[in-house]
Amino acid sequence: MNLRTLTQILLLFSSLSILSIGGGNTVLPEMHRKTVADYHWLTDKQFADVFAISQAAPGPSILIVTILGYKAAGVAGALLATIAMMLPAGMLVYLVSRVWEKAKESPVRKAIEKGLAPLTVGLILASGWVMSRAADHDWRAYILTAVCTALFSTTKINPIILVAAAGLVGYLGWV
Amino acid sequence: MSDRPSLLDLALTFNHIALASFGGGLSAWSREVLVAEKGWMEDEEFLSAVTMCRILPGANQVNLAVFVGVKFHGIPGAFCAVFGLTLVPVAIALALAYFYFQYHHVPAVQGVLKGAAAAAVALTLSMVFKTGRKCLKGAVPIAFFLAIFVMNGVLRWPLLACLSLLAPLAIAWGWPRSRNAS
Repeated sequence: MNLRTLTQILLLFSSLSILSIGGGNTVLPEMHRKTVADYHWLTDKQFADVFAISQAAPGPSILIVTILGYKAAGVAGALLATIAMMLPAGMLVYLVSRVWEKAKESPVRKAIEKGLAPLTVGLILASGWVMSRAADHDWRAYILTAVCTALFSTTKINPIILVAAAGLVGYLGWV
Repeated sequence: MSDRPSLLDLALTFNHIALASFGGGLSAWSREVLVAEKGWMEDEEFLSAVTMCRILPGANQVNLAVFVGVKFHGIPGAFCAVFGLTLVPVAIALALAYFYFQYHHVPAVQGVLKGAAAAAVALTLSMVFKTGRKCLKGAVPIAFFLAIFVMNGVLRWPLLACLSLLAPLAIAWGWPRSRNAS
């Protein structure tokens, strides 16, 4: 651990915090690009694994940054990454929450609500795409993904059960 | 409606929400606890707050904790709510990180993670279906959706560049038209 890495953690995750319009999952491709290709904190495959772990773990999905920070700079890095990912966005929520109700009829609120929605969905799809590439999926993994997607989309199954079941399928060597 | 919760109440309640949602469904649990169980907000206020938290940057659940904390106790309330929401999950994430980087080369662990990664991608894709169903109606929103997917996902352009290019256009498109046009 060194000061340079901690500075990189602070700058990267606090800027991603502000850019994560529509939720933490929208910045995954950017997070992947910086931590794997630019900073070499972990490999492509490790990023995909860490993503899978963070999706199964309890709590907000952005806690992937806790694991990334841990890999880059130990426990201090983990805590710094977590705080950096939450604080800037949190401050913005604080400011906006004070005017949100009053702005109910404002065109700005309506335009932002309507306009950013398709971009958010596009960014989430980009995350799915990038994660699937990072995991270096073969056709069997794509079939498993397709089956799980269908189940998630059409049932109310608890995600951890399905992730665990998919993990079992992997453990048995079927993917 | 109940009395104003204390700072400790805020932290404990969000801790409860985080633990109840082990494995997902954090939004559903938030509503269950905040609206139905505690009576801290009405449904309408809850839904409006959730919409705001979705649009603004940041994890939706963390944002909601900030919103509820601020509502009752200002900035200290926000810190307590977020602390309650994240303390145990961060500890769990740290433990998982430790074990992963100790044992990720073990073949059995590799197999499990390969399967789990396929399901995690599926969880993300199902979010595309769930959220896209409502807002991807018409050629223009679909064009925005595809454009940012290609730029950020396939071409891997930096997110800031994609958003600087597309967000102003999308907001201009979303601007309410005069009554006769709509």
